[in-house]
Amino acid sequence: MSVAKPNPHDSGPAHVSGVARYTDDIPLSNPVHLAFGLSEKAHAKLVSVDVSAVRAAAGVIDVLLAADLPAANDVSPSAHDEPLLAVETVHFVGQPIFLVVAESHRAARVAAQLGQIEYDELPALLTIDEAMAADSKFEDAMVFLNGSPDDAMSGADRSVEGAMEIGAQEHFYLEGQAASAQPNEGDVIVHSSTQHPTEIQHKVAEALGVPMNAVRVETRRMGGGFGGKESQGNSLAVASAVIAMRLNRPAKMRYDRDDDMVITGKRHDFRIKYKAGFDQTGRLQSVIFEQFARCGWAMDLSLPVADRAMLHADNAYFLPNVRITSHRLKTNTVSNTAYRGFGGPQGIVGIERVMDHIAHELGVDPLEVRRVNFYGTDDRNITPYHMTVEDNVTPEIVDELVESSDYLARRAEITKYNKASPILKRGIALTPVKFGISFTLTHLNQAGALVHVYSDGSIHLNHGGTEMGQGLFTKIAQVAAQVFGVSLADVKITATDTAKVPNTSATAASSGSDLNGMACKAACETIRARLVAFAAENWNTSEDQIRFSDNIVKVGETSMSFAELAAAAYGARVQLSATGFYKTPKIKWDRFAGKGRPFLYFSYGAAVTEVVIDTLTGENRILRTDILHDVGRSLNPALDIGQIEGAYVQGAGWLTTEELVWDDKGKLWTHAPSTYKIPACSDRPKEFNVALWARGENREDTIYKSKAVGEPPFNLGISAFLALSDAVASCGENYPDMDAPATSERVLKTVDMEKGFAW
Amino acid sequence: MGQIRFLLNGVDVALSDPDPTETLLDWLREERKLSGTKEGCNEGDCGACTVSVAALEGDRLTHRALNACILFLPQLHGKSVRTVEGIAAPDGRLHPVQEAMVKYHGSQCGFCTPGFVTSMYTAHRDGRQDFDDVLAGNLCRCTGYAPIIRAAEAAAKEPQPDWLTDEADRLRVLKGSEDITLDGAFMPASVDSFADWYAENPDATIVGGATDLGLWVTKLMRNLLPTVYVGRLEELQQIEVLPEGIRIGAGVTIARLRGAMIDRHADFAEMLRRYGSVQVRNSATIGGNIANGSPIGDSPPALIALGAVLTLRLGEVQREVPLEDFYISYGKQDRQAGEFVESLFIPNQPDVLACYKISKRFDQDISALNGCFNVFVEDGRVSAARIAFGGMAAMPQRASAVEGALVGQEWNDGTVEIACAAFTQDYTPIADVRGTEAYRLRTAQNLLRRYFHESTNPLAETRIVGRGAA
Repeated sequence: MSVAKPNPHDSGPAHVSGVARYTDDIPLSNPVHLAFGLSEKAHAKLVSVDVSAVRAAAGVIDVLLAADLPAANDVSPSAHDEPLLAVETVHFVGQPIFLVVAESHRAARVAAQLGQIEYDELPALLTIDEAMAADSKFEDAMVFLNGSPDDAMSGADRSVEGAMEIGAQEHFYLEGQAASAQPNEGDVIVHSSTQHPTEIQHKVAEALGVPMNAVRVETRRMGGGFGGKESQGNSLAVASAVIAMRLNRPAKMRYDRDDDMVITGKRHDFRIKYKAGFDQTGRLQSVIFEQFARCGWAMDLSLPVADRAMLHADNAYFLPNVRITSHRLKTNTVSNTAYRGFGGPQGIVGIERVMDHIAHELGVDPLEVRRVNFYGTDDRNITPYHMTVEDNVTPEIVDELVESSDYLARRAEITKYNKASPILKRGIALTPVKFGISFTLTHLNQAGALVHVYSDGSIHLNHGGTEMGQGLFTKIAQVAAQVFGVSLADVKITATDTAKVPNTSATAASSGSDLNGMACKAACETIRARLVAFAAENWNTSEDQIRFSDNIVKVGETSMSFAELAAAAYGARVQLSATGFYKTPKIKWDRFAGKGRPFLYFSYGAAVTEVVIDTLTGENRILRTDILHDVGRSLNPALDIGQIEGAYVQGAGWLTTEELVWDDKGKLWTHAPSTYKIPACSDRPKEFNVALWARGENREDTIYKSKAVGEPPFNLGISAFLALSDAVASCGENYPDMDAPATSERVLKTVDMEKGFAW
Repeated sequence: MGQIRFLLNGVDVALSDPDPTETLLDWLREERKLSGTKEGCNEGDCGACTVSVAALEGDRLTHRALNACILFLPQLHGKSVRTVEGIAAPDGRLHPVQEAMVKYHGSQCGFCTPGFVTSMYTAHRDGRQDFDDVLAGNLCRCTGYAPIIRAAEAAAKEPQPDWLTDEADRLRVLKGSEDITLDGAFMPASVDSFADWYAENPDATIVGGATDLGLWVTKLMRNLLPTVYVGRLEELQQIEVLPEGIRIGAGVTIARLRGAMIDRHADFAEMLRRYGSVQVRNSATIGGNIANGSPIGDSPPALIALGAVLTLRLGEVQREVPLEDFYISYGKQDRQAGEFVESLFIPNQPDVLACYKISKRFDQDISALNGCFNVFVEDGRVSAARIAFGGMAAMPQRASAVEGALVGQEWNDGTVEIACAAFTQDYTPIADVRGTEAYRLRTAQNLLRRYFHESTNPLAETRIVGRGAA
C-alpha cells in the first residue's frame, strides 16, 4: 500500500539542504529586475506622473506607464477591473502606477521611490460604515432565506443580539510574490509562484496580445500560498512577461515584503450582526445574520468569498428559520482576496459567537447549546441554502473529543481556578467545524493529469495541482504508486506546467488532492488497463489473474518486476502514456437563488482550547489544544496532521495577535513582520493533541475515500478566540462584547468592561 | 584598497573593497549564487535568511545564528559563515537536525526551513535545548511549529557529526590586528584608533550589530557612507565585575548582557530573553540600543531604573552621564559630534527590579510599553523608587510623579492606587500600531499594581510566560 502511509514530504531533503528551488532561485541569464512605483493616495485623479528622476536613477533601463503596455492592461482574475498600472485614477494606497526596469533588484527599488506624482484627491471610502453610507458595493445584497425568520423571531422564547468586527488577515507566506519570464523564439516561458498557473498563462497572453499557446507557465513549488497566490501573482508575471518581450531579455520581479503586504489583498474583514431566537434549552428558533464584507477597490474573488461566508453561517448547526444577508462593499483599500477558508471562517465565527452568547444568556455550558443545535442525521438536516446534509458526523466527533480532552472535568477545574486566582483567569471552549468541499463556481471542479511510464518502469507524473507546502505532490505520487503497485521512489514528481496539463483550476478550495488525485488515478488506470490487456494476452491468462503490488506484477503464475512488464509492453507497442480527467459529480448551484448542492460533501472536526489571560495587561496564552478531525480515510496521516496543526495555529493567529491597522488616510501601518505578528514558535499550544478521527470515511466516491484537509481545520482556531472570551466572561456578569483579533489590548478592554470600567 | 577575509562554508573568501553596506544575504544569493538562504522579510524579523556564524570571542570560538539580511559584509571579517548548503557532510550525509526535520515532517513549504535548520544546527553545536527561545526568531506559516519542535528534540539526542571542524585557528590568522580601510568604511582594530578617527569623521555612521541600521539600508534605501565598523573592538566587548558594580562595554551584545544579568537582575535577564530574537540578540549591542535613542528600546528603561551611568568618549576625553540624563528629547541625546558611547556601569544594589515588556506577541515583538520598577521598601515604607518606561513618551523616561507618590509612603494598596493616578502627570502616551493611548496608560498603571502584587505573592499568580510562570 502506498496510500495511507505517513510518507514525508517529497521535497523534505531538498528543503533542509537548501537545494529546493523557488521562483526567485531559478537561474536566468542576465535578467533585468522590476519594481512598481506605488500610489500614496487612497483615491485620487492622477494629474501628472513625472518619472524623469526614475529614468535617470542609477541602473535604470526603462520605465513604463500604462500607456506603454502592448495590449491588455489588466491583472484581475474575473471582472477586468484591475489594471496592471493605474489609468487616470488610483483607488488605494499601494496601487502600482509605473513599472521600473533596472539592472538589479535594489536599483529598481531605489528608483521606484523617485516618481513625482501629482494627485487630485477624491473622497475615499475606507470603512464598512463609509461604504454602506455611500451604497458602494459590487453587487446587490445577497440573501439566503429558509423558513420564516421574522415570525419565528417574534415568537421565540428568548433572544440575543449583537455585532462583531472581525479583522482582516495577511497571508504572510514566507516566500513573497515572485515571477520571471524568458523570451523563447517569440513565445514566453514564465515561472511564477502561483496557485494558478493557467490564470497566469491567460493573463500573460492577454497582456501580450498573443494566444495562450504562446505562453508556457511552470511552477515547481511555492513558499506558502494560503490563497494569497491564487490571483495576486498576476501582476508580477504579467510585468515580467511584458518586459521580457519588450527587451528580449529575461525579466524577474519579486516584491519586497513591505510592498507585498501593501499591494496584495488579504482575508476580508467582516462585520457580522446577529439576532437569534431560542428556546429554554438554547435550541435555535430563528437566526438573522447580516454580513458586511470589506472587499476593497476591485472585485477579485470577493463575490465567491462573500458567498462562502453565507454558506458557512450555519457551520454545524441546523437553523430552522434563517435569513442571511450579505453586503459586498467596495472601498478604497487593497482588494481583498482568497485566504484559506475563503470567507467560510468569517461565517463560522458568526454562528459560534451566537452559540456562546445564547449559553451565556442561559447560564449554561456553551457545549450544551452547541449540542442541542447540531444538524440531525435524518431530520433537521437542511442547510440555509436548501442542501441536505447527508454525512453529518459532528455529534460523534464532539462526543469523542469531549472524552479524550477531559473537557468536563477541566471546565470544572477552571471554574475553581478562577475563583482562587485574582489576576490570571482561564477559559475553555469547544468549537466544531463543518466545511463544504467543492468550488462553488461549479465549472472549476475539474482536473487533469498526465502520466508516462518509461520502458524501464520509471514513472513521470504531472497534474494540474500546485505544491505550496501542503504535500499535494506527495499525495498524488502515492496515488500513482498505489495504482501501479510500485514504490513511491519510482514516481517522478514534476513541476506544474501549462504545456503538460491545460486549463487547470487554481489549487484552492482544499480541492487539490480530491481533484488531481482522481485525475491521476484515471490516467494511471488507463495505462494499467493497457498493461493488463497486454499481459493477459502475452502470458495467456485472464485479466483477473493479474496483480500489481510491492513492485511485482503477478501475471497468473508468472511474476515479474514492473520494469520488466513495462519493457515487454513497450516492445509490443503498447502506449505507456495517458491523460486522466476528473470532474466532481452531483454538484449544482444557483448562487442567485441561494439554492442547490454547492458541495459534494463536508469535512468535519472539532477542537477544545484552553487559555489563560492576565486581567492586568490582557496578555494571554494558549495552554492546551485538543483536536479531533475527520479527513476520511487519510491519504497520508503525517501530512494531514501537519495541515491540521498548521491550520489551527494560523486560525488562532488570525483571531488573536494578527492585527492589521490602517491609518485614517487608508495607509497600511502594519506592512512588515515587525508590526504584523503571526504566531511565533512559543505561541503554539504547549500541549497540542491532534488526532485523525479513526472512523472517518468519505461517504462520497472520492480518492480512496479521503477528505479534503487544507481549509477546514483553519476554523478550529475559533476555539482559541472563544476560550479567551470565556476567560474574560469570568470577570463579570455580561457577555463579553469582544471583537477580533483579541489582541492584549482588546482582551484588557473587554475585561475592564466586564468590571464596569470603560476606557 | 582594503580587504576583508572570512570563511564561507569552510572556504577562504577575500573581498577587496566590497560595498560596505551590501548585505550578506544579497551577496550570497546574487554574487555567490547560493540561493538556499532565503529572503523572507529583509528586516531581520522572520529568520528565513539565518546563517550560522562562528567567531572568536576572546579565545573562545562561539557559534551564533544571525540574520543575513541585515548583516553587512564588513561585519564578517575574521569570522566563519555557514549557510544551509554547508551543514551536511561533504559526501551529502545530512546533519542530525536536517534528518530530523525530514523525518518529523518539520518542513511543509520549505521556505523557512533553511533558516530553521541553521538555527537548529547552531543550537545543536552549543547543546542548547531551550527551543522556544532558540527558534523565536524563525517564523513558519505552515506547520504551527509542533513538528519542528519534535525534530529539534529528536536531533538533540544525536551526537555532533564527525565532519564538523574547529575553525578557531584559521580565524586567528584571518582576523588580523591592523586597522582596515575600505572604500566607504573604516574598520579599526583598537578603540583608540576608532576614537581618533570618529572625532575627525563625526558624520560617519557607526555600525555595531546593524540590527537597526540594516533596515535603514534595506527598507529606507538610505546611503550610510561613510561608515565605521566597531565589531573588531574587543575593548568594547568587555564585561568587568568591579567592587561597586558591573561595567558593560558598548559593544557587548544583548545575548551576552543577558548572560551577565541572570544572577544580578533576573527580571532584566528575563526581559532580554524576549528582546528581539536569538539572531537579533546575537548581533545587537547594548551601545547601539542606548545610543539609538528609540522611545521603545527595551534596555534603557531597565538601565535607568537601575541607575546606570554611561561613559561617553570623544577622542581621548571620557565623561560620565547618568543614562536618564542622556535622553533629551525625541531623537536627541546628550552626545556631541564625534562622541560615542564607550561603556555603561550598573551599580551594585539589592535586586528588587521587575521588568515588564508588553507587546502583541510575547516573542520577537517591539514593546507597546515596557515598564521597569525598582522600588525599595524599608520597614514597610518606600525608601527609594526608580521607575522608568519605554513606549510611554518620546524617549525612555522616569515616572517621577509616580515615584514621588510612593517614596516615604507605606507600601500598600492605598499608596499604589494614589501613585497610579500620578501616571497621567508623567506620561501622555501616543497611539500607534502597538496600542492606543488609553491602553498604554491603563496598562502602565496596572503594571505598578502587578509589581505591588508580586512583592508579596508568588510570580505564578501574575505571570503567564517566562520567569516565575506557572
